[in-house]
Parts: sequence; C-alpha cells; structure tokens
Amino acid sequence: MRIFDPHIHMTSRTTDDYEAMYAAGVRAVVEPAFWLGQPRTSPASFFDYFDSLLGWEPFRAAQYGIAHHCTIALNPKEANDPRCTPVLDELPRYLVKDNVVAVGEIGYDSMTPAEDTALATQLQLAADHELPALVHTPHRDKLTGLRRTIDVVRESALPLDRVLIDHLNETTVKEAKDSGCWLGFSVYPDTKMDEDRMVAILRDFGPERVLVNSAADWGKSDPLKTRKVADAMLAVGYDEDDVDLVLWRNPVAFYGLSGRLALDVTGTDATHEGNSILRGGA
Amino acid sequence: MTDTPGVAALRTRLEADLGGAARAWLDQAVAEAAAHARRPEQPTRGPMPTWELRLAEAGRRCGADHADAARVLLLHAASADPATLARVYGQGTAPERRAVLRALPHLVPGPEALPLVEDALRTNDTRLVAAAVGPYAARHLAPHDWRHAVLKCLFTGVPVDAVADLPRRARGDRELARMLTDFAGERTAAGRAVPDDLRRVLSLTDPAGAAAPTAPSGPVAPSTGEE
Repeated sequence: MRIFDPHIHMTSRTTDDYEAMYAAGVRAVVEPAFWLGQPRTSPASFFDYFDSLLGWEPFRAAQYGIAHHCTIALNPKEANDPRCTPVLDELPRYLVKDNVVAVGEIGYDSMTPAEDTALATQLQLAADHELPALVHTPHRDKLTGLRRTIDVVRESALPLDRVLIDHLNETTVKEAKDSGCWLGFSVYPDTKMDEDRMVAILRDFGPERVLVNSAADWGKSDPLKTRKVADAMLAVGYDEDDVDLVLWRNPVAFYGLSGRLALDVTGTDATHEGNSILRGGA
Repeated sequence: MTDTPGVAALRTRLEADLGGAARAWLDQAVAEAAAHARRPEQPTRGPMPTWELRLAEAGRRCGADHADAARVLLLHAASADPATLARVYGQGTAPERRAVLRALPHLVPGPEALPLVEDALRTNDTRLVAAAVGPYAARHLAPHDWRHAVLKCLFTGVPVDAVADLPRRARGDRELARMLTDFAGERTAAGRAVPDDLRRVLSLTDPAGAAAPTAPSGPVAPSTGEE
C-alpha cells in the first residue's frame, strides 16, 4: 500500500514518526506552512521557517525514504497580527521554488477584515504562480466560514478546481463538493474527523476528489491516521484500488496541478547528483 | 570570472544529457542570465530578475539530477558577484544553496565567499556539507576550519572523495592526524567501527606522502588510546 499524506506538519514530529510512517506505507507528504503554536512576532521567523520547509525538512524526510514537498503562505491566524503581514510581500520569492506545490494554508480563522485581505491576496498569488491553493476551514463557525471561503474563491482568479478545502466534516462536505473544489479531511484522535466517520462520508459522497490527511502537528495528533483510514476502508469492503485512489492518486492529482511534484525520493547520499555531474568541471 | 573552460565543458555535458524541451529552456535561461550580466547594476528592490526565477525553477525544468549543473551555468552566465551569490544562497532552497557552493570556484577568485562555505559546514545536511568541501574550500579555507570540515565529513558520513585536493592539504598535517587519531579512539571506546575513510585520510597526513591513497594496509593504524 502506498500512502500520500497531503497535510502533515513534520517539523513538529520526530524521526520515530518518519520511521513508523514509512513502515505504514507513507511514501510522500506535503507540509503546509502554518503557525507554530506560539505566535511569531516578526517576518524573519517566518522566513527561517519557510527555509526549513525547503531545506532541512525534505532532507530529513528523504533519509526515511519519504518525498517531502511544502505549501507556503501567511496563515490566517497570524494574518491578523500587523507585525506579521509584511510576510505577504515576500511570498513571491518563495512561490517560485521547486518544492512548493501550492499556496497554503490560507483561509479563515476568525473571519476578520485582515483575513479577508490575506485570503484574497494569496489566491491571486496562487493564480499568478500557476499553483493550486490549500484552504483551511475554520474550527469555529465552520459552515459560515466555508460559505464565505467559497464566495471569496469564486471572486478570485483561481478556479475552484484548483482549490483544496480542508478540515471538512459532515456539516460542510456537501456544499464543498457542490462547489467543485477538492475535498480534504483531517483525521484526528479526538476532534475533527475519525476513521469510521471518514468511511461513512466516502460511502455517502464517493471517493472522487477526496483527500485524507493526518494534519499531525505539535498537538495531540497521529501521523498514522492515513493508514488507519485505509485499513478502515478495507474493513468495510473497499478494495485496494479505492484505497489507492483516496490515499495516493487523488493527492498526486491535486498537487500535481503545480507541475512541480517529484515523487522519486532524491538520495541523501552525499555523492549523489552534483558530485558525479560536476566531476572534472568543478 | 574564472574557469571558463570548466564551465564550457559542464555545459556540453549537460546539454548532451537533457531532452529537447529542457535544452531549449536552458539555452534561453543562460541567454537571459548573460543579458542581465551585460546590463548596468539593477536596483535590488522590485521584482525578481528573470534569471533568478530561472535559477529557482531549474529543478522542475531540467530534473533534479541536472539541476546543480544548470544552476551553476546560470550563476556563471550572470557573472554573479559575491554579494549576489550571498543573496541567492541566503534566499535559496537547499538545492539552490548547493549550486551556489559548487559555482564558487568558477566565480570568486578570492576568499570573499568563505562565509557561505562556513554556513554550509554548520548545517547537518550532508548534501550541503559535501558541496562545501569542494575546490573553493581547498583553496581558501583556513587550516583549523578545513580540518574541522574533514572531521565533519567523517562524522556525518560524507565520503572524503568529496573533499577537493585532499592529499595536498592533508600531507604533513600533524594536527589533523592528531584529531583523526583521537576520533578513532573515541569511536573504539564506544565500541563503534572506525570509518575506512578515517584510515585513508590518516595515511594521507604522512609527511612523506608515500601512503597509497585508496588502499590502507595492515591493522588499524590509529592508536585507540586503550593499549
């Protein structure tokens, strides 16, 4: 079984997690830029974080046989802090990087005017850079947040079929699906969505354009939830091909819209690549 | 600009490896970089120069295996000066930083770019460490830093083949020999194997320079400190 976790914050996870994920079948991850639990107070700490998502974290992942890509954005929560909003001006230099496969996580947290601005600005950046967008739906007042999100996307230059709306649940899945966007579900130990509810949603709404993620981070979360959903699907009679569609082909298709997804893990052997290429020339 | 023949050979090899679309992209990108180099100094604010956008997208255009070579060619065509190299490195992904390190011997005759090498040697990313110990480091890195770079390679598993000009710089370096011997003792005390590369570098520190570089002979050469 091959698994692609389309939303996981590996920066907050250990090498034990990487090892267990590989053993469970995870071969690719996307790490969206988000907040770190502790609010940041200056753009510089975002830049170090983005650099880590484009440097150290893919290196760590590759050592465990896992391809690592990221999405880059100013997250909605910190978009409300005027000390952080200058990050928006620097995003273009990150959005051209090879390993960036979407703009994200963007969306709403408390649905403030500052969040409106950040969301609209970053949807435009996604369109300008030919990237899809990963849009988070708020924890509080979720259905209202979803409707407002879809309205803002409709007014933007980015088509809905290049948008993944994440953290969906029973109350939001229908409207999200009707909008034509991609559907993301975060499966958590206690909150958001669990394996059995996930399987029920797949039964009711079908597996097309559905992506399942662990959204594992520094909070109580489980980086193996993707595998647990796969097992739950098999247990109720889905076949391997259905599992492969939801847990591999759908995320590959969505992030593949960037044209930048490279799923062969680049060796971390120091003599790989440049050395042999440049020998004699360097 | 230095080492133009080396860069020309690099371009010939890369073009032979690339498919039609990637080769056309490379030709266009190199031309844009060269045009940028011919223009007078541009203000640093404002939109990113086109050649820097090409530098960023080289991986997806040429494939990860060819990105280093493509980026070295672009940096060379743009005649990137030390300030530009420092900016591109500072704002770069790990693969872009590696390409800057590989471009240094082609672009910077003096030691001005050493801070980039030192930065890479502080990381634990073996791809950056390997790129940092190339010909530019061999030429400019001070003895203390160079010895630590060699030791770091042994610690992190970077093959010492990556260390440019190793026999010349190691020959007669008693301090390096001491550091290697101490490291071997530490490894032995911990019940861990002494890397073959360590014995090889130790043999290269022989002032006579007579040791065979690839075939260390006999039992463990370094003292373990336990006898």
